[in-house]
Amino acid sequence: MNADVLIVGAGPAGLAAAIELRRLGAGRVLVADREPEAGGIPRHSAHSGYGLRDLRRVMSGPAYARHYARAAIQAGAEIRAQASVTGWAGDRVAIVTSPDGIEAVAARAVLLATGCRERPRPARLVPGDRPAGVMTTGELQQRVYLAGQRLPGRALVVGAEHVSFSAMVTLAHAGAHVVALVTEQPRQQSYAAFALAAAAAWRVPVWTSTTVRLVRGRGRLTGVDVADLRTGTVRRVGCDTLVFTGDWIPDHEQARLAGAAIDPGTRGPAVDTSLETSVPLVFAAGNLVHAAEAADVAALGGRHAARHIAAALAGAVASGRSGGGEGPGATAAPVPVTVAAPLAWISPNMIRSVATPPPRGRFLLRSQVFRGRAWLEVRQGERLLARARARLIPGRPVHLDANWLPAVRPSDGPVVVAVRGA
Amino acid sequence: MTAGAVADVTIVGAGVVGTAIARELSRYRLSIILADAASDVGTGTSKANTAILHTGFDAVPGSLESRLLRRGSALLLDYAARAGIPVERTGALLVAWTADQERELPSIAGKARQNGYGAIRPVPAARLYELEPHLGPGARAALEIPDESIVCPWTTPLAFATEAVRAGVRLLLDTRVTAVRTSGGEHRVSTTRGPLRTRWLVNAAGLEGDLVDAMAGGDGGFTIAPRRGELIVFDKLARPLLNSILLPVPTARSKGVLVAPTVYGNVLLGPTAQDMDDRRDTATTAGGLAFLQEAGRRIVPALLDEEVTATYAGLRAATEHRDYQIRVDRRRRYACAAGIRSTGLSASLGIAEHVVDQLGGSGLALERRADVAGPPVMPYIGQAGIRPYQDPARIAADPDYGRIVCHCERVTRGEIRDALASTVPPADADGLRRRTRVLNGRCQGFFCAARIGELLAADAGSGT
Repeated sequence: MNADVLIVGAGPAGLAAAIELRRLGAGRVLVADREPEAGGIPRHSAHSGYGLRDLRRVMSGPAYARHYARAAIQAGAEIRAQASVTGWAGDRVAIVTSPDGIEAVAARAVLLATGCRERPRPARLVPGDRPAGVMTTGELQQRVYLAGQRLPGRALVVGAEHVSFSAMVTLAHAGAHVVALVTEQPRQQSYAAFALAAAAAWRVPVWTSTTVRLVRGRGRLTGVDVADLRTGTVRRVGCDTLVFTGDWIPDHEQARLAGAAIDPGTRGPAVDTSLETSVPLVFAAGNLVHAAEAADVAALGGRHAARHIAAALAGAVASGRSGGGEGPGATAAPVPVTVAAPLAWISPNMIRSVATPPPRGRFLLRSQVFRGRAWLEVRQGERLLARARARLIPGRPVHLDANWLPAVRPSDGPVVVAVRGA
Repeated sequence: MTAGAVADVTIVGAGVVGTAIARELSRYRLSIILADAASDVGTGTSKANTAILHTGFDAVPGSLESRLLRRGSALLLDYAARAGIPVERTGALLVAWTADQERELPSIAGKARQNGYGAIRPVPAARLYELEPHLGPGARAALEIPDESIVCPWTTPLAFATEAVRAGVRLLLDTRVTAVRTSGGEHRVSTTRGPLRTRWLVNAAGLEGDLVDAMAGGDGGFTIAPRRGELIVFDKLARPLLNSILLPVPTARSKGVLVAPTVYGNVLLGPTAQDMDDRRDTATTAGGLAFLQEAGRRIVPALLDEEVTATYAGLRAATEHRDYQIRVDRRRRYACAAGIRSTGLSASLGIAEHVVDQLGGSGLALERRADVAGPPVMPYIGQAGIRPYQDPARIAADPDYGRIVCHCERVTRGEIRDALASTVPPADADGLRRRTRVLNGRCQGFFCAARIGELLAADAGSGT
């Protein structure tokens, strides 16, 4: 089968891209998703707050997922659910398994929008027994909101960022008594108002500077040992459910199998400001390139990539490389964009054309530390390109306006973003 | 459960050794019970090891282990090919990192030849780095053992149990033996699910081998001293980092930390070796995992940049002896196959053949059945061959083989359904893991655990 554009993943980024590609007349747009239904993660996020930045309205996750799936079909995109891309038979030729069989889909351009997931307990190397009752927020939400399971008993949430509070609410809905949120950070990382309201409504404390040292329970979870990082005191806390939240990692398997270079910071495919990867005409958007942002930010990224894909397929010189490095502002070799500690990553992470702004005209960053009032400095070699104020909270987006992009010189080496005085 | 009729043979322990013995005995005209305290076969040492099909090159020459390992691995290679048990002949490289270790290599090669394994050959450092470009710096030389293989430790006992059950063996799970009284030519075995009567008793109780031996009035003479081994499983994307099993120069206590591919396409790092008092403590430890990471960083540095998919620990049934503790007591009609340490998976069919041979020589009437069915064809869960999601013919015949439920491991609805309806069905999600690979991937359930749970619950609800 042939398609003009194959989109892997029918979450917010993939579906928003499909709609935009159809609007721009990109031809046959095929969206493959491995789940039985299109919509992605919002399908099982029952809380509200979806759609603000992309649809200019607020709705629940499932409603948002349904909206996008319907809109993509109305736009003329073909959505194939229960269709898993399992590998590549050549450049932009995907191998797809579905109940209809195995098919090679050859596309002129590919958009990878496979999203991200939370690091599970083993990947965090938390030692101890391996009982049932230990899960990620993703699993918790599906158990409660898709499978209708109850989770009576005591629960402990690892993490204190937005998703951790969301897990807390889900646990409460499922009948669990949430003992606490545990974070190694010195304070919680969600919106203060949200955290305070949640803590007041559910009477759940946040144990800061605290880490889970050991998991206990043979067969079923019985509890954990938590350590206070300030004092070294270890104590045992009984619980029946343990939820590991946040610590996102892009689901980058298909990107790697397609040969895309991986950014060591984001762990997603490295992308330029048009969201094209190191592989020509293979683009990546959404939480695959910035794990994890809100769904609307992912959708806007998908829309951004779609415009550059459409332009590239139309032969216009919009994306840096698709123009053969000859367009206005194109650089011969991509200029890497990196960060210095205590910043964790930046996305996009390369520049092929200084005339191509990133999605929403800004770069996204993450910090490993809290810093209420920090100055970010953008340098290329010794040259200071820009300086910007930022509030740094681990796990929360830091925005950096891309207005310095025209000052980047193609052959001056990497652009480095650092915190002044760090 | 009532005591019922007297069985000819009751085997205590349905690990890889117990199921192998049950399978071997099921080819004769005998009534056989296979009992295990756990809710599934192969849940002790059998499920949590390094999953290597050893040639036995490094066994103690002249030992029973050496002989049964050599025989057993040859038998298992043949059986695996017929039953569809995943095996890959990756070969192994035993790497010397110090001058002392390098000096050991000739004696290891000599020992291999004493064990009847002549294919071992020296590999100079330059060639070693050609074979394993991602090997860490500082390797001085190696021995190549081209026949060391990797095998699926889960399918193996399941295949033995499946063959045995189909041949009429009664598999009693959740059945812990609590006492044995012997009189009048029969054993009365008390279990947590009621009494059993049997003429012959076979002890294949693994980590509890000495306890069952004491109940059965065996000669004692050995104590199980569990040795815990922790392991780290790396993401399948790490698999291209190595071609063969990378072995260290062994010490007296342990074979040391190895890096090996798995038949599921992951990379394994481990094990540690820690003597334990608790026969059921398979917890991982912060110290153990840190030690392994440190060791792994030296052996294949790039491995540590990859994601960890799982960590686990297993207990090896070590004793104070260096060899297997296998004996048959003709007078008491009792056989003991204990102290199988860390080579039980590779040697299992050899051990079973030996035990059954000894039983026959001790008065158990072994009359061949005419209707021996042979190995069952097990669902293939390896990475090297073709799995259902890759097989257009199977999907065309049944679309459920095209419906992937577990995305990381690409397990289809059809395979889950087959496992739930199999001869030895899973009791829980862990059992389903070992039969299909569901939930074993990098997401550890983030995407599919809820749906797997629903499928299991629906199956339990349907009363099958």
